[in-house]
Amino acid sequence: MPLAPERVEQRLKERFPNVAIRRQEGAAVRDASLFVPADHLPDVCRFLRDDPELDFALLSCVTGVDLLPKDPRFEIVYHLVSLTHNARIVLKVQVPEERPELPSVVDVWPTANWHEREAYDFYGIRFAGHPDLTRILLPDDWVGWPLRKDSPLGYQEVSFTHNTPNRIPPAPDLKQLKPKRVKYKAH
Amino acid sequence: MRTETMTLNMGPQHPSTHGVLRVALELDGETVIKAKPIIGYLHTGMEKQAEYKTYTQSIPQTDRMDYLAPLSNNLALCLAAEKLLDIEAPPRVEAIRVLLTELTRISAHCVWLGTHALDIGAMTVFFYCFREREKVLSIYDMVCGARMTASYFRVGGLAMDIPEGLLDKCQKFVDEMPAHVDEYEALLSQNPIWLARTKGVAPLSAKDALALGATGPTLRGSGVQWDLRKTQPYSGYDRYDFDVPVGATGDAYDRYLVRVQEMRQSTRIAHQAIQRVRELGPGDYRLRNYKYVIPPKEEVKTSMEALIHHFKIVAHGFFPPVGEAYLAIEAPKGELGFYLVSDGTPRPWRMKVRSPSFVNLQCLPKMVEGHLVADVITAIGSLDIVLGEIDR
Repeated sequence: MPLAPERVEQRLKERFPNVAIRRQEGAAVRDASLFVPADHLPDVCRFLRDDPELDFALLSCVTGVDLLPKDPRFEIVYHLVSLTHNARIVLKVQVPEERPELPSVVDVWPTANWHEREAYDFYGIRFAGHPDLTRILLPDDWVGWPLRKDSPLGYQEVSFTHNTPNRIPPAPDLKQLKPKRVKYKAH
Repeated sequence: MRTETMTLNMGPQHPSTHGVLRVALELDGETVIKAKPIIGYLHTGMEKQAEYKTYTQSIPQTDRMDYLAPLSNNLALCLAAEKLLDIEAPPRVEAIRVLLTELTRISAHCVWLGTHALDIGAMTVFFYCFREREKVLSIYDMVCGARMTASYFRVGGLAMDIPEGLLDKCQKFVDEMPAHVDEYEALLSQNPIWLARTKGVAPLSAKDALALGATGPTLRGSGVQWDLRKTQPYSGYDRYDFDVPVGATGDAYDRYLVRVQEMRQSTRIAHQAIQRVRELGPGDYRLRNYKYVIPPKEEVKTSMEALIHHFKIVAHGFFPPVGEAYLAIEAPKGELGFYLVSDGTPRPWRMKVRSPSFVNLQCLPKMVEGHLVADVITAIGSLDIVLGEIDR
């Protein structure tokens, strides 16, 4: 019989009675999602992986979400798979804008390495304890965090400098920039 | 005698890196000490762009992720959106989707086998494989008018009905295909050069594969029986009869065997899907739920309500509920997942693509460190990566 998400929640609450683990409410939240406080994340993850009744051996992906203008602004979402029990569970960690940092889970699942680098690359969220937290998809000298909601889509000067060493890379003020309105001409 | 290690850049413009992958290798003589894949040369910000497009407008974007398997990507996005909307496509549509995605898997594996063999030095296989791939591309052409970027599936159905004669053409291809797979196997499976270049090369244990998040043939080659079509069936896969091939040792040869067997299994599924479409007969190719799916064209011409729905959905897009959904399918390369966060507007607040190649590529250092530099080529080939979906 597949493992029910309620059982996962119950098991976590038994093991961590003092940690505020909360199920996400909402009619259209299609997957069982649990909010976990950032400080307890590595312990919870290690337990989810090692407990034989849960056995979430596969970390499917780590996603950053910018919920501007909500507070806390960011969410990091972990999609986990248990192969032996054929189950999925979603963990969420809320990250405030003032101090966008949370512990890394690379020690628990080595696959988190690139996923966390991607979240850092897109949102500027730092993962404490990550072995190599550098940009992964964007160039190393890129300025800004492109998937944040206050980062505009397109129409910026090209930021590559390797062919023109004297060019100064643009330093957009992310507080000032707004998404540019695009006007399409009708033929 | 004092020796020094040497750093060598493989790629990003190297034919065996399947696109623009760069691997920084640290070598001691011919032995790889450290390998670091460097990616991002094809990054086009597809996830950011998706936030400015409606769900339907993102479908052509997904064709360009894994450009060898456009319909698998279409399917993953459509199913994720359908999960968010809590709707289900009609059975006939599901059968057509299964048929076409299995043909996609065959064509994606054909390209993989051809290029992988070419990398290792067997040129003939390439021409054989591309011959069959061309047949699948002509089926795409027949069904939607494009050879490479199909964009054929829609949320709640298909873009248009399948043309007359398509099922006969698919049946012909499915009947011929097993003999062609025999041809590929005759060229490679017992070939001493092939065995020497792949057996025991680029090994990956089941434990490492799981820890590194590998899915698809890369994970199954290491002996883990995990196929989302079997374990978490979508699009009616539970009604088809097929086996999940697994490897034993997790070397490049096992991954080769798994993929070749998968081509045979895909022909089996496609055969059953054709029968099912025939049994179901002509019918709707889209869900009749006009809140989310545009009505059939004939109705738009005669009914005022249908015209209004058509106009609203084309002009604004549909309005999903506030919520989120993650759905993963078994794409040719592994678990392809779409995570959609909706704020109730016609554009997704966030669309994350969990692409299998991105995750599988992380296994590369584990496979090549301590082995010869020539085996790096085999390892990259046996991972079956597409840089379009790694960099997105």
